[in-house]
Amino acid sequence: MSGVEESLAELRQAFKSGQTRSVSWRKSQLRAIIDLVQDNEENIFRALYQDLGKHPVECYRDEGRLPLLFFPTSGEVMPEPLGVVLIFASWNFPLTLALDPLIGAISAGNTAVLKPSELTPACSSFLADTIPRYLDCRTIKVISGGADVGGRLLQQKWDKIFFTGSPRGGRIVMSAAAKHLTPVTLELGGKCPAILDTLSSPSDITIAVKRIVGGKWGPCGGQACIGIDYLLVERKFASTLIDLLKLTIKKFYGEEPQNSKNMCKIINKAHFERLRNLLEDPAVAASIVHGGSLHEKELFIEPSILLDPPLDAEIMTEEIFGPVLPIITLSNIQESIEFINSRPKPLAIYAFTKKDSFKRQIVSETSSGSVTFNDTMVQFLCDDLPFGGVGQSGFGRFHGKYSFDAFSHEKAVMTRGFFPEIEPRYPPWNGFKLRFIRLAYDFDYLGLLLLMLGLKR
Amino acid sequence: MAGAAQEEDKKLFDSGAASTLVGELRDAFASGATRGYRWRESQLRGLLKMTDDHEQDIVAALRSDLGKPEPESVLYEVAMVRNACKLALKELQHWMMPEKVKTSLTTFPSSAEIVSEPLGVVLIISAWNYPYLLSLDPVVGAIAAGNAVVLKPSELAPATSALIAKLVGEYMDSSSIRVVEGAVAEATALLEQKWDKIFYTGNGRVGRIVMAAAAKHLTPVVLELGGKSPVVVDSGVNLQIASRRIIVGKWGCNNGQACVSPDYIITTRDLAPKLVDALKNELEMFYGKNPLESKDLSRIVNSNHFNRLTKLMDEDKVSDKVVYGGERDPTKLQIAPTILLDVPRNCLIMNEEIFGPLLPILTVDKVEESFDIINSGGKPLAAYIFTNDKKLKEHFVKNVSAGGLVVNDTTVHVAVHTLPFGGVGQSGMGAYHGKFSFDAFSHKKAVVYRSFMGDAAMRYPPYTNGKLRLMKALLGGSILDILRAIFRRS
Repeated sequence: MSGVEESLAELRQAFKSGQTRSVSWRKSQLRAIIDLVQDNEENIFRALYQDLGKHPVECYRDEGRLPLLFFPTSGEVMPEPLGVVLIFASWNFPLTLALDPLIGAISAGNTAVLKPSELTPACSSFLADTIPRYLDCRTIKVISGGADVGGRLLQQKWDKIFFTGSPRGGRIVMSAAAKHLTPVTLELGGKCPAILDTLSSPSDITIAVKRIVGGKWGPCGGQACIGIDYLLVERKFASTLIDLLKLTIKKFYGEEPQNSKNMCKIINKAHFERLRNLLEDPAVAASIVHGGSLHEKELFIEPSILLDPPLDAEIMTEEIFGPVLPIITLSNIQESIEFINSRPKPLAIYAFTKKDSFKRQIVSETSSGSVTFNDTMVQFLCDDLPFGGVGQSGFGRFHGKYSFDAFSHEKAVMTRGFFPEIEPRYPPWNGFKLRFIRLAYDFDYLGLLLLMLGLKR
Repeated sequence: MAGAAQEEDKKLFDSGAASTLVGELRDAFASGATRGYRWRESQLRGLLKMTDDHEQDIVAALRSDLGKPEPESVLYEVAMVRNACKLALKELQHWMMPEKVKTSLTTFPSSAEIVSEPLGVVLIISAWNYPYLLSLDPVVGAIAAGNAVVLKPSELAPATSALIAKLVGEYMDSSSIRVVEGAVAEATALLEQKWDKIFYTGNGRVGRIVMAAAAKHLTPVVLELGGKSPVVVDSGVNLQIASRRIIVGKWGCNNGQACVSPDYIITTRDLAPKLVDALKNELEMFYGKNPLESKDLSRIVNSNHFNRLTKLMDEDKVSDKVVYGGERDPTKLQIAPTILLDVPRNCLIMNEEIFGPLLPILTVDKVEESFDIINSGGKPLAAYIFTNDKKLKEHFVKNVSAGGLVVNDTTVHVAVHTLPFGGVGQSGMGAYHGKFSFDAFSHKKAVVYRSFMGDAAMRYPPYTNGKLRLMKALLGGSILDILRAIFRRS
């Protein structure tokens, strides 16, 4: 498709011209993004509501943050832009996952192509229409389309690819990148567990349950890479927990959640069917203790809770990415560590506990992109923390300065003088020079001195 | 019978064997054996002792594989591995400590830190030209970071490969650190497995194969590749010193067979003859009138590369540009230091990484033209400039993209542990040396500690306009906005 190649050639030309490297260009583009968001708030809310049924507060909380970045230089290591970069945004946070990496790419001085997800057409159109009006379109382009456009983009040679999405998509992107030796950042997902330990204070329990409900159904109706996937709790606490969850769900979403406008719908029919299939497994259906009703016309699934579904059912082997919360009961909460370790490394682990020893154990004995104690999702808000996965949840990171780094090459620069000249570096080699080299490499200055003075054999 | 028994021992290392090996190392890693400070420290000490105790064996193996002169082996292979071990031992406790991170108002009260944890079971594939260094330098990083390791040394340096396999078996913990010797079949079997990281040093062709194999398992990689590292020589510099530094970086580094060796020179038409004279002078001082007899030059590694290099030299329209050297001895796999002046831009020797003792010089009218020439090719692993002109230097540093740059010298940056060593574009991805080695084999895990206090109702549904105003104010506004939002009724 000549369109893609033409765009790429234009971006390469623009990068070669050096204009994206100046501080003034970068600042002007970053300011333009802020203006873009502020001027178009209503449009953004409308697009997110249309695609995902996302409420403005959720939008603001989860999508409205734009960090401003500057670039440092140190004497010895100089960050430089990689060149022309490709950013794939996922559909669940279509604005943040487009603009946050784009900001990193611009701050680092690159030109960029942004490919929004075709599953959020209103947001995708919004980006395609608005970005060229605010940003320099010879250097930043939005290319929309489906898998075929994605495939054509992947055939080209990029200087970096930043991908947010599923592990399957990640493999496709990395395989394509391998042909050109293009470095990649893959922000994938996983089954993010929440561990709920025994808490003695009733108010702590209430807060924990609120945060769990907020962390499960709050972000995009459960369709979030760092949303809670499933919950681990001791058997004796399960029924109390379920009662509290039901109460809190009612408080947040009312008696008829599908009419509350406070929770996102399922993104499309394909995902709706996928979730329906997960729930229709008879053993899984039998474990439903709350919710379970599906509204096909509105693509809405009400907040649902399962109690101990079979561990080999698909709902417990695949990332759920939906408003269904399995509760897995254990005889002892310590077993949660082995449970988590016997599964692929998730993007986040959440643990509600006040025991310091248990916290230490979780941090040192499990592996995940991040760990958050006594809350959910907040690691996303902390700009000084790297955000990224490990193992199946991905590699590379972004947010804050890490976004800048993700799109930079750290170039080592060393300057030498013509003085002093150290003769023993040069052939022809002899015993003296060899001894000198050994001592120099050992930083044995006294030995060196003695050697030079002829006092060392 | 002895013959049959030996055949039995040399079992085929196939996919099944590779899978079993990885399984064993995963069990070792899962047991937690490699994670504590004590284990890492003991292994680093073992590596250091191994290198100290067997320096002569290492030198002998390198001489056998590459004809490498003892000073080069000591300087570039033994000393650098020792220094990597010593630095890691000195800094390990500090590197292992979590890094405290400041948190923002929006998550108050909370504290956060970044914890370094091992990735798990890692694969290191090494190259033939610095076979001891490029095998063990990455191993230092992998061990320091607490991983279990499989090392596959290059089969093109068989004496060093066998020595490493033997010594690692004797000095290091075989439940967590293993060496697999072999060639393409063994490497392929290893690459089919799922690793937590793959660290590869070598060429771009195989680099692509490694990354494609890694992609199937979403395994992150470090690729240390190569390229054509240029040297720009400006006027007004001490040509004698510049020549020596170019010579020692080219022919003094495995006879040009090094990823950061100066590949070609660009200089002005005016300066070229003087530079050639200076190079000739110094070359004769270093290697004598008969360089093919000099004991101070590595030989070419094998006949494949020997033939490749002679083909580059003998190409039509290139062979008549030889102004120094050109002699070769196929029986000894030796090629004399050779300088070519004004080769055409589009010839074999300018289209591929030379990786040998041939040094073409391109001439331009003005030295500034060299930057476009450099930038028209793939980004190299290193780029060098000799100049006393501050503006030219700044222009070079700003506009030439390469893994690393050195001004007024060549190759010395690889010994500076505070500098990340790695490529960009075609010369690779990722970096190591010093703490960068530790980081290359670590996962930096973000950990946030929150308390049950400070719960903000506005986070939760039901969402209202009042909550929206407060959210906006908190996330983007001034204190005044925040107060206004709190006190205004929705």
